[in-house]
Amino acid sequence: MAENAIELIGINKSFGAVRANRDIALEIPRGTIHGIIGENGAGKSTLMSILYGFYQADSGEIRVNGKPTAIKTPNDAIAAGIGMVHQHFMLVENFSVLENVILGAEGEALLTKSIAKARSELRRLEKEYGLEVDPDALIEELPVGLQQRVEILKALYRGAEILILDEPTGVLTPAEADHLFRILEQLKEQGKTVVLITHKLREIMAITDNVSVMRQGTMVATRKTSETTVEELAELMVGRRVLLRVEKGEAKPGAVKLAVKNLTVKDSRGVTMVDDVSFDIRAGEIVGIAGVAGNGQSELMEAVSGIRKAVSGTVMLDGTPIDLTGQADPGELRDRGLAHVPEDRHHVGLVLAFDESENSILGYHDKPQYLKGPFLNLEAIQKDAQDKIEKYDIRPANPRLKTANFSGGNQQKIVLAREIEQDPGVLIVGQPTRGVDVGAIEFIHKRLIAMRDQGKAVLLISVELDEIRSLSDRILVMFAGRVVGERGPETSEGELGLLMAGVEHKEAAE
Amino acid sequence: MEFVDTLINILNSTIRVSVPLLLACLAGLYSERAGVFDIGLEGKMLAGAFAGAAAAAVFASAWIGLLVAVLVSVGMALIHGFASITHRGNQIVSGVAINFIAAGSTIILGQAWFQQGGRTPSLPPEGRFGAIHLPGADALRDVPIIGQLYSGLLSGHSLLTYVAFLAVPFTWWVLFRTRFGLRLRAVGENPAAVDTAGISVAWLRYRAVICTGILTGLAGSYMALAQNAGFVKDMTAGRGYIALAALIFAKWKPVPAMFACLLFGFLDALSIRLQGSPLPVIGKVPVQLMQALPYILTVILLAGFIGKAIPPRAGGVPYVKER
Repeated sequence: MAENAIELIGINKSFGAVRANRDIALEIPRGTIHGIIGENGAGKSTLMSILYGFYQADSGEIRVNGKPTAIKTPNDAIAAGIGMVHQHFMLVENFSVLENVILGAEGEALLTKSIAKARSELRRLEKEYGLEVDPDALIEELPVGLQQRVEILKALYRGAEILILDEPTGVLTPAEADHLFRILEQLKEQGKTVVLITHKLREIMAITDNVSVMRQGTMVATRKTSETTVEELAELMVGRRVLLRVEKGEAKPGAVKLAVKNLTVKDSRGVTMVDDVSFDIRAGEIVGIAGVAGNGQSELMEAVSGIRKAVSGTVMLDGTPIDLTGQADPGELRDRGLAHVPEDRHHVGLVLAFDESENSILGYHDKPQYLKGPFLNLEAIQKDAQDKIEKYDIRPANPRLKTANFSGGNQQKIVLAREIEQDPGVLIVGQPTRGVDVGAIEFIHKRLIAMRDQGKAVLLISVELDEIRSLSDRILVMFAGRVVGERGPETSEGELGLLMAGVEHKEAAE
Repeated sequence: MEFVDTLINILNSTIRVSVPLLLACLAGLYSERAGVFDIGLEGKMLAGAFAGAAAAAVFASAWIGLLVAVLVSVGMALIHGFASITHRGNQIVSGVAINFIAAGSTIILGQAWFQQGGRTPSLPPEGRFGAIHLPGADALRDVPIIGQLYSGLLSGHSLLTYVAFLAVPFTWWVLFRTRFGLRLRAVGENPAAVDTAGISVAWLRYRAVICTGILTGLAGSYMALAQNAGFVKDMTAGRGYIALAALIFAKWKPVPAMFACLLFGFLDALSIRLQGSPLPVIGKVPVQLMQALPYILTVILLAGFIGKAIPPRAGGVPYVKER
């Protein structure tokens, strides 16, 4: 039985009201590659940042090589032999590789000697691990794969025995990722311990010895990779929840309301997030998009609702095209009857410093019913807000209260009320029940079904598989930017889970 | 030979007017390279000039004046640091506040202490930094050109002038050859990289603004204790801002910073020299236009003649750990 390189006992960490880690226990045997898997926001990165001393846990104990170790700053972690490759590289872009490697580990006040030492040390590491990189190249001139290699070199130069990699393949091409895995194997052979954080099941199965699954801030399970399956991990990761079945009748799909054709979207780094996606939504149906967070759903939704530019493709709303590549204009889309409930209500959906009543008309504030000449008709706005508060049971029932003072569930209702009450023909909803309590979930689900029954087209994007299955009339599964399958709502969770994990069609059908 | 004399004369005054610019520019370089924008160079110089002149007048010692000037400037730099590093305040607002505090308090205190309308008493010779004559300067005075340059241009400046020009290679050495410099440059580009490397971002930035304080103190001392014999209200007259322009023009590099300051100084010297005397071809040019020349050039240069000036990437942004 190998000794544990890392042992975490009862780690808790909250950011304000959000409990990012609760009561985490974890053992990582020395000389292994240990995967930590979970969806975005499951608390993996927070946990590793605690281990690296970037954040401090509210409570709990860290043991390194069996010894309780206080890790208050990255310095403590480095001294304990822990190195980290962050998801967003911690490199100075206009510095050379050498300068980046020695930063913080210079040794003495003058650089000449430390640079010479680092140069020979890099040569040694290059030989030992196959980590070749030009020591004098500027970081900004290197491709991301090599930049990542510099991060690994940085950790090894500091004598790291335990290497944490946070979502290392997110920015890599498949070939670069394979190369990285070979390097990790080599590190393992040399007796180093590697912790790999990811939400990609393929990587876990390909390279790890053990895998721990996190969900919503808790550690759900730890398995030997050889004794588990993709299916089990997907299930653990997404989580089975008590089914909240919503009563709904047969869908009566009508004319096509929204037609998406060959849509391709890139994110700000230039990585293709939505890759040639096509689908239709008809009046009177709910189409759900399932997928592990980060597989392009968000970008798809943003492009269709006019927030993000698309690279190519067409979107037709009621038979007329939406200008996708030009300057996006969500306001115009709203006028044309496409409403949008964003995934992130705090950053995109609401102005938290505004009154409830102001948020309840935001984006529609230039409609005649809210105006009196060039001025806002405050009376009408208050009355309108009061109506919505009653209809959606928003609490506290005070339209003058600052929006920040409402709970998450009630904030979500404010956004939903605003968008639904404008009676749009097409409604795009992202994560409608994220952070919402059970009672409100049921209410929101009923509202969405009611929209459908009124003959509206609803596009639902959610990482909650139950929600997708209970609301949708058709389910599209997205993986790595593509729609990899279309299924009916009766499809089993297991089958959807496999599709979401990117397991090929044929395998899934078996 | 008259031409050579005139030229040496202009170059000589170029050096004189460049020194406060250069010291202020290098001061700004330390701070901005560490990611703390400093529009308060002007205020720190002014406060340093006043404090230096006041102390030199009271103690009749240039050295005590210099020390007090530096202490006061560093104190103000620390206020800027406290607002913008510890409390993550807006660096521009903090810098402007420093300028206002300096502009107002120097006049009020000057009037309260010396009752000379905001001036400090005229300094005796021992309260000033006098000209240093380099060895052999007098003997070489009559050797054409080389001797003239040596005795007329290189020799005969105050100690602070030599310090200012030596500060250029020194700053280069600090930035590019020492651990402190490496970290300073890194924290201005990507403080998160510095933080994850186990280095305190705040302490590093504080050290940078202390360097800024020391150099602005020297700049103020030069104006009050070497260039002039005492403090006059608003005596910095926007040099802190010109120094900032020079810093951008020099793309935050020490040696180009020196040339930028010399260029601005040369234009200044030229405009003084040419006032009233007719130019060939153009004829007589209004005095105001000549005086505006350095500023017009500043605008033109900054408007795009220098290529892309990329400021330190983390400049102006308080460091907050990501969540």
